Amino acid sequence: MNQEVSFYEVKKYKTGILNWILSTDHKRIGLLYLYSILAFFIVGVCLGLAMKLELIAPGKTIMEAQTYNAVFTFHGIIMIFLIIIPGLPAVFGNFLLPIMIGAKDVAFPKLNLLSWWIYVLGAVVALMSQFMGDGPPDTGWTFYAPYSFKTSTTMLPAIIGAFILGFSSILTGLNFIVTIHRMRAPGMTWLKMPLFPWSLYATGWIQLLSTPIVGITLLMVVAERTMNIGFFDPALGGDPVLYQHLFWIYSHPAVYIMILPAMGTISEIIPTFSQKTIFGYKAVVASTLLIAFVGYFVWGHHMYTAGMSDTAVWLFSLMTFLVAIPSAVKVFNWIATMYKGSINLKVPLYWALGFLFLFMVGGLTGLVLGAVATDVQVHDTAFVVAHFHFVMFGGVGTAFFGAMHYWFPKMYGKMYDESWAKVGFYTFIVGFLLLYMPMFWLGMYGMPRRYYDYLEQFHGGNIISSFGALVLVAGLAIIIINLVTSARKGKKAEKDPWHGKTLEWQVDSPPTLENFDTIPVVEKGPYEY
Amino acid sequence: MEKVTTTHEHDHYDHEGSKLGMWLFIFTELLLFGGLFITYAVYKYLNPEAFHMAAEELNVGVGAINTVILLISSATIAMSITALQQNNIRLTKVMLEITMMLAITFLINKYFEWGAKISHGIYPGSDHLMEMSRGEILFYGLYFFMTGLHALHIIVGVAFIAVVYSKILKRKVNAERYVLLENSGLYWHLVDIVWIFLFPLFYLIT
Ligand SMILES: [Cu+2]
Repeated sequence: MNQEVSFYEVKKYKTGILNWILSTDHKRIGLLYLYSILAFFIVGVCLGLAMKLELIAPGKTIMEAQTYNAVFTFHGIIMIFLIIIPGLPAVFGNFLLPIMIGAKDVAFPKLNLLSWWIYVLGAVVALMSQFMGDGPPDTGWTFYAPYSFKTSTTMLPAIIGAFILGFSSILTGLNFIVTIHRMRAPGMTWLKMPLFPWSLYATGWIQLLSTPIVGITLLMVVAERTMNIGFFDPALGGDPVLYQHLFWIYSHPAVYIMILPAMGTISEIIPTFSQKTIFGYKAVVASTLLIAFVGYFVWGHHMYTAGMSDTAVWLFSLMTFLVAIPSAVKVFNWIATMYKGSINLKVPLYWALGFLFLFMVGGLTGLVLGAVATDVQVHDTAFVVAHFHFVMFGGVGTAFFGAMHYWFPKMYGKMYDESWAKVGFYTFIVGFLLLYMPMFWLGMYGMPRRYYDYLEQFHGGNIISSFGALVLVAGLAIIIINLVTSARKGKKAEKDPWHGKTLEWQVDSPPTLENFDTIPVVEKGPYEY
Repeated sequence: MEKVTTTHEHDHYDHEGSKLGMWLFIFTELLLFGGLFITYAVYKYLNPEAFHMAAEELNVGVGAINTVILLISSATIAMSITALQQNNIRLTKVMLEITMMLAITFLINKYFEWGAKISHGIYPGSDHLMEMSRGEILFYGLYFFMTGLHALHIIVGVAFIAVVYSKILKRKVNAERYVLLENSGLYWHLVDIVWIFLFPLFYLIT
């Protein structure tokens, strides 16, 4: 095979699309995920915008209550199961993990392609719920029992879709763990591995060890709906609170499936744009593993008001607070990395700084929810929604855009347009703050989540929030259009436009089919400047 | 020390890596059943009497026979791996055939066992079951769900073994490259060990 041309030029089939959907090349699979996720993201954003427009005034504005219920459910299913859970690992993990550890591909390339196909299957099944039977699901993305088996809406495809998507996630995690164990380049010991692969490693374990729990829980709900087995139905002896336990045993660690790779991305961007080695490499690694581990024992913080023993409540609260320690270790390390570095203020670093700020707000408001007394006040209010969007959208979302700009030259061999990217960034941040900041206040004063209507006293905050949504969408449009046009018409990128030190900056932009002509031998740590 | 061979991706064969992958997959399977074992534990704790009574209705004899069948089949598949390592293809095939036969026998027993319960009107959602206490409803719900899911794993396991068997016939799985057989063996042991837990939980807690 010709080693000179980029992987885009290597074609096995005559029909263009087959070269993508049948390819076992990790880079093509990463891009397949990117395009699928982008498509779903646009749908999810439109649904979010529709909700915000509904809330611009009290009472019915643009949709009925039932439609609103369906919209927030579908928004949640798309954003959680189709976008942020696969998110960074499936896109950037696939594209970059093998390159960053000096390998030609992942350990199981065919399984990798299968994961994408399972993802597509799960997505199609989940989408079917919108067009079948007695209307789209209206339970929220959490599928809480007993409502999820009492409602007459089309639940089964949504639940089975989520189950199938879990499979895809497990297989990706499995593939990455084996890849990291078996395929690191000679000389790349565990402690010479870059931090993004480290975060994928910890994420892989969470994907493996927590996804099956939600898988079986969803199957139990399916059995409940189809065979009348009363696992969670009090009338048949079951306990709905058990559903919540089982659901959050997965779904809390799942937020670390989302946030750990985001943190890994930030740990790559900051040293590169500070031209300085990461401060406390080992502490960052340890905090990654610690977050993954402690994250298993905090699920109860979603259920303070659901009926648990007081002992369980304070234990879960304590464990939740403990997660703040490794998270803060990371934040301090990132800031210390920038200290006295030669800062190269480019767009990826903008996003990393945006991440730091928004994630910090999200993290600190998380403590308001982790503390029992304050949680009882703000439970199930707009405050929770604001917190969640700060960590997920403000955290994972900004990291995703950071990664997108950071690795854009590597993926497309082109440079994005710097000034438009900055415009996009500022519009995004302004829109984001306008959208979600008021929701903290609204929640504090008692505006419940998941209602299409509200009291007059909440009108002002909601107007600001809805206006922010429009700004935010404009920002997203600028970012996406800029990236798409740059991918086609941008300036040609060099191998190493940011003077990064990790292995992906030593291969061509875009890389050749097998990434490396000869597998490199690693002698130094990943960030030695 | 540039001595790394540049094999093409499709020729990539990593015995240790494949086995590691299988072990990881087995962890997920264990946790899948783990969710059910938690559910079982909670409801057994809440309904000790009803679980005791309902368990007496299950046929310990059939359960015990099925346990023995699975244990033997685990032994035969292990033997097939050793046979293949020693390049004794004939013995490998015989051992795999026995394993698959035993698996099918297990399913046949299961079929009759379930059939007997269903003919007595005990199955999820049946009128007869709905007249029983809540603990008993839960017990039978768990019984059908967990043994059903386990039976599904038996079917997947047999299919897996059948695929490996055909690859042995084509010499694609052989004395040098036997990791696929080893992995099917690992999977089969998983199916076996899950049953080892299901058997006492449903049949022996009287
Ligand atoms: Cu949580």
